[in-house]
Amino acid sequence: MKKAIVGMGTCGLSAGAQGTYDKLEEILSNNENSFELSITGCIGMCYMEPLVEVREGEDRVIYGKVTPSIAEKIFSEHILNGRILEENVVCRIDGNGEVTGPEADFLNLQSRIVLRNCGVINPEIIEEYEARGGYKGLRKALFEMKPDEIIEEVKNSGLRGRGGAGFPTGLKWSFAAKSNSEIKYVVCNADEGDPGAFMDRSVLEGDPHSVLEGMIICARAIGASHGYIYCRAEYPLAIKRLNISIEAAREKGYLGENILNSGFDFDISIKQGAGAFVCGEETALFASIEGRRGMPHIRPPFPAEKGLWQKPTNNNNVETYANIPWIISNGAEEYARYGTEKSRGTKVFSLAGKVKRSGLAEVEMGTTIRDLVFKIGGGIKGGREFKAVQMGGPSGGTIPSEISDTMVDFESIPATGAIMGSGGVIVLDDTSCMVEMARFFLEFTQKESCGKCTFCRIGTLRMLETLTRITKGEGEEGDLEKLELWGKRIKETSLCGLGQTAPNPVLTTLRYYRDEYEAHIKEKRCPAHSCIALVDFHIDPEKCTGCSICAKNCPVNAISGEPKKPYTIDNSVCVRCGKCITSCRFGAIYKV
Amino acid sequence: MSEEFTSRLWRYDGTPGELIPLLQSAQDHFGYIPRRAISYISTVTGIAESEIYGVITFYNQFRLKPIGKFIIRVCNGTACHVSGANMLKETIQDELGIEENETTDDGLFTLNTVACLGCCSLAPVVMIGEETYGKQTPASIRKILREYRRREEKGSKKKSLR
Repeated sequence: MKKAIVGMGTCGLSAGAQGTYDKLEEILSNNENSFELSITGCIGMCYMEPLVEVREGEDRVIYGKVTPSIAEKIFSEHILNGRILEENVVCRIDGNGEVTGPEADFLNLQSRIVLRNCGVINPEIIEEYEARGGYKGLRKALFEMKPDEIIEEVKNSGLRGRGGAGFPTGLKWSFAAKSNSEIKYVVCNADEGDPGAFMDRSVLEGDPHSVLEGMIICARAIGASHGYIYCRAEYPLAIKRLNISIEAAREKGYLGENILNSGFDFDISIKQGAGAFVCGEETALFASIEGRRGMPHIRPPFPAEKGLWQKPTNNNNVETYANIPWIISNGAEEYARYGTEKSRGTKVFSLAGKVKRSGLAEVEMGTTIRDLVFKIGGGIKGGREFKAVQMGGPSGGTIPSEISDTMVDFESIPATGAIMGSGGVIVLDDTSCMVEMARFFLEFTQKESCGKCTFCRIGTLRMLETLTRITKGEGEEGDLEKLELWGKRIKETSLCGLGQTAPNPVLTTLRYYRDEYEAHIKEKRCPAHSCIALVDFHIDPEKCTGCSICAKNCPVNAISGEPKKPYTIDNSVCVRCGKCITSCRFGAIYKV
Repeated sequence: MSEEFTSRLWRYDGTPGELIPLLQSAQDHFGYIPRRAISYISTVTGIAESEIYGVITFYNQFRLKPIGKFIIRVCNGTACHVSGANMLKETIQDELGIEENETTDDGLFTLNTVACLGCCSLAPVVMIGEETYGKQTPASIRKILREYRRREEKGSKKKSLR
């Protein structure tokens, strides 16, 4: 029997997947036993959501942008009569895993380890995870390996922490394993706070068991009895699916007392974060789980000695744990075949911004940024010019298109001044102003600074004020030198990762786009025509209907014209407040 | 006082780390954290009111004021930012006559911005209540807000405008 599977991750749902699912459910209730209906997580092609897959045996046909009416057609044509709706097909995957079709490139260039089950299984049904080799790694870890052998295997795989810093995972585990304590904890950092990053959410929504299994294996290796998943409250669907999965894992004996009769006890609880970016820092995260203000503290003592509740704790992020079951089942050697000498394996990136195909892509370490943007991402939207990528969000930096042959790994990316970060990649085109980008990220970190370290608290504010002035055309001689000095000081004197990386977006743009800063300061000009205070406003006579709303809203009467005829703006009077753009109902006003 | 919040309070057995879940359940049921909820939590847990207040103000999630019927959340993630999120926010402020974190006089809308809603491919995105509206422009968001108002005045129960 054919099976229709609707992609029901957050991105699918916000594009209208619920309506598509409801339609298919209604069709099914009117045509009983005509097909099976199921759901899956994110397959990664966010730009084609809502996605519906029709699966028959091993053959998979994936349809994109499926509205309820297209869903009806899929039923009447494909499901009932076997006629594939070619014009709506995104790609086809056959039994050997070969991908064909218009969007095949998006999947073909990926190597999927972390996302191995995302978009394939129903994340709410544990049997589907088991059928694809789920919990085999755990059995192996429990019955065929000693704890130190597990750690050795993870060390040999070369896996490094995927949360941003890239610390070798096996080594981290060995520290916690060595600590002597009756009680130890395993913590999973799922507080994905970077604006523009959604890898962890997609894994939690699409394959929650892989994270649970990774945590259980870690607990076995270091001798922990309890685990916490610290998840953003803004991810309600991820939390719901985690709860379902934890319950199912308990019933099957993978969690709880005496796991699979091995004599090993371990359980997991979920802690909802309450919205504080600094809680991505582990010592702050522990404070938050303990119910306090999430402020970081000095290390040492390191979490491996005194972490959560002052007990030895191992903390990794979602993607790191999701790698573990694969490594244990397939072996370290197999994993080490992926990637580069010093950065083994794969990395999941969330690709967004001015790129044609935005979504989730898992590539081998060592893939170039150019391939990520052009081969997987399909190039720049609207045929504009590729300017740069922003990697690592507010802690990261900007990598210009000229050096986009840089490989993504833990050595090459930091050499550009950016960081690998958790994997958010925002593609920028020639309309993006780099000064404004830097200001935007600094505004974010400034707001999120917990206030403990003086330089982070006050230094970021001074930098933000300066950048805001520059984008308004009020920059002064000497501003850039001050920004560099403050940035350096903040990095040197901050306790945690937030402060140590907060100046990165400013420092990298100063390094590669100093001329843009200077154009703002000296010529009072924004080369990207983005900073509102530094551009001219015009009305497109083709689009203007002469409704006069803009003229009524203009605070300085810079707009004039006769009703029902195109209006014009006098840029010598205009104060660039932008009110006309926001008030126009026809999108007739543009900036030059 | 709502049942779930009080039952959570009654069940409190001194387990450390329960403060944030207690505050979350209080906010779930009141829509914000009222003064009296802080007093109750303090009495039951023995944590000083000042300390509870400190925790509330540290986290973005918690509110000390009631909110409107629909929370408008303008996404200010990076992808939305480069696609014009700020312009959308200014349009909404202009249309409703409120600033960020304020509620309209009729209690219908509260305007917030959020770091990232995670549907970057639909940028720029605005959420109104539980509905997500992608690829918005100043003109389209104005239209949607007016439609909400109109339906509210008519007393229509249908929430979605999709």
